[in-house]
Amino acid sequence: MSTERSHAVGEHPELPPPSTEVGIIGWVRHNLLSSTTNIVITVLTIYFLYIIVPPMLNWIFFDAVFSADSRDDCRAIAKAAGHEMGACWAFIGKRFEIFVYGFYPAEERWRINLSFILMLAALVPVLFDHVPFRKPGLWFSLAAPFIIGWLLLGGMGLEPVPTDKFGGFMLTLVIGVTGIVGSLPIGIALALGRQSHMPALRMVCVAFIEFIRGVPLITLLFVASTMLNYFLPPGTTFDLLLRVLIMVTLFSAAYIAEVIRGGLQALPKGQIEAADSMGLKYWQSMRLIILPQALKISIPGIVNTFIGLYKDTTLVIIIGLFDPLGMGRASLADTKWQGLSTEIYVFVAIFFFVSCFSMARYSLYLEKKLYTGH
Amino acid sequence: MSSQPEEAAPDLQVSDELIIKIKDMHKWYGSFHVLRDVNLDVYRGERIVICGPSGSGKSTLIRCINRLEEHQQGDIIVENVELTNDLKNIDAIRREVGMCFQHFNLFPHLTVLENCSLAPIWVKQVPRKEAEATAMKYLERVKIPEQADKFPGQLSGGQQQRVAIARSLCMNPKIMLFDEPTSALDPEMIKEVLDVMVELAKEGMTMLCVTHEMGFAKTVANRVIFMDGGQIIEENNPHEFFDNPQHERTKLFLSQILAH
Repeated sequence: MSTERSHAVGEHPELPPPSTEVGIIGWVRHNLLSSTTNIVITVLTIYFLYIIVPPMLNWIFFDAVFSADSRDDCRAIAKAAGHEMGACWAFIGKRFEIFVYGFYPAEERWRINLSFILMLAALVPVLFDHVPFRKPGLWFSLAAPFIIGWLLLGGMGLEPVPTDKFGGFMLTLVIGVTGIVGSLPIGIALALGRQSHMPALRMVCVAFIEFIRGVPLITLLFVASTMLNYFLPPGTTFDLLLRVLIMVTLFSAAYIAEVIRGGLQALPKGQIEAADSMGLKYWQSMRLIILPQALKISIPGIVNTFIGLYKDTTLVIIIGLFDPLGMGRASLADTKWQGLSTEIYVFVAIFFFVSCFSMARYSLYLEKKLYTGH
Repeated sequence: MSSQPEEAAPDLQVSDELIIKIKDMHKWYGSFHVLRDVNLDVYRGERIVICGPSGSGKSTLIRCINRLEEHQQGDIIVENVELTNDLKNIDAIRREVGMCFQHFNLFPHLTVLENCSLAPIWVKQVPRKEAEATAMKYLERVKIPEQADKFPGQLSGGQQQRVAIARSLCMNPKIMLFDEPTSALDPEMIKEVLDVMVELAKEGMTMLCVTHEMGFAKTVANRVIFMDGGQIIEENNPHEFFDNPQHERTKLFLSQILAH
């Protein structure tokens, strides 16, 4: 090899990379076929997909029956079309309304639809920066929970609907969204309290967090549904759903507090010292300097906790509330549709997956947006 | 640009107005006696360099002046306000005393401009526009106005430290504390930070610098303080301090840091 330089330093022309490094060929070489192990794994994966995916697609789409009046009907239609019976989605179609609205009176269901739209509208200014009318939008977001509460519960001109009529996806959303919205500020307060210099405050927060974390959610729900009556003065009625909301919120707040504490501890001490040295007060430093950074670090953990909370709402079935899973199980008792549990569970799974996957994607978006190169 | 910090005018004036008075001050970390009977009077316009081996308490001393560390005995009086547990006094003093840290401690989630305008807006209630204009003025003075909209993580160490100085200056402090401002920097970047500090000294800022930059001490300081074991061992004007150290410990220290 010649060591002679044909170009002065800094003047070597920029050359295109070899074709094996870029484009589809480059990608395949680097990612699928880079070593013997990689080739074996690639082949096995393709084979695995081959035996799993086509039957699944057949069951879900090609052999499925979308309208029928009973399970036997489903089978007959499939037979007439000359194929195996796939999923009998007709069952879900017939039960769809009860899955969505629970036992909410049919003529009042517009209130749920409207609430859902209001909820989405209220989320937009909170979740995204650059939307038109963000400032007034945030005020609306603040007011929305009360408007939605009024719409769902009724009163003041609307037909009152007792909370034991709540059910299905609407119940999941009520518990999940309330828990998420409520547990974040409580979790932040607990995390800050746990780091406080005041021993009394610190001990209260530690005791609360450790107690809640040390007890299964189901136990807390049982306490909410039965034992609370013993502690409260006789004659007080205290709505079951409200008790569940409080328990779920507190439960996830304890986890959020610990996630945020991790974020707080990850910050270098110099940050608070710099804020102190400039004369910022405690709450100003927390709000402007410490929490924005600690929360940013904690995003994956916070969203993880939220996803857990959202899925744990299915536990309310234990104390007699009918979330989608409970609705599904109840529907299976119908003799006309016996044995279609797979359809129910797949349907409910899809619903939960869509919700949770959206949260996961949003958290990635947020992490990327808040990245400032450190 | 010269390779040495610019020469400061040799007779920068020092007024006879006392701005910091530290009297019989002691501090302990737990049972460790970290500062022992420190006495120090600082007059307006003084540039004091504090040096000494690591663990000698020099950083702790200047951190006591703005109450990042609490002293347990003795008095610290800054601008006629005594440092006690009274939060009002602490806030009043912190408004007058700026500080630069070894690791800059810029706020990584805020832009350079936001870093600089934050404290004036929230502590002094300056309107945002005005605070940003002031911030730009000081960023120009430390020669990085073009970085105003970047985040600290996108700047070099020297640039970050200059932003940190600008950030302190935005509060219009009467006193600046520097806690080893160049120790975390690459050699190439030390000079750009020292130049800014020399400029500041020329404008009459009262400065207390913990630093090992002896070149800076020689050209800028009017007084050098040597600390060891939590005590002030020796203090003198830089000329006497370097050419004619009195104390054995000082001689040893100087021979070690000036050896190479």
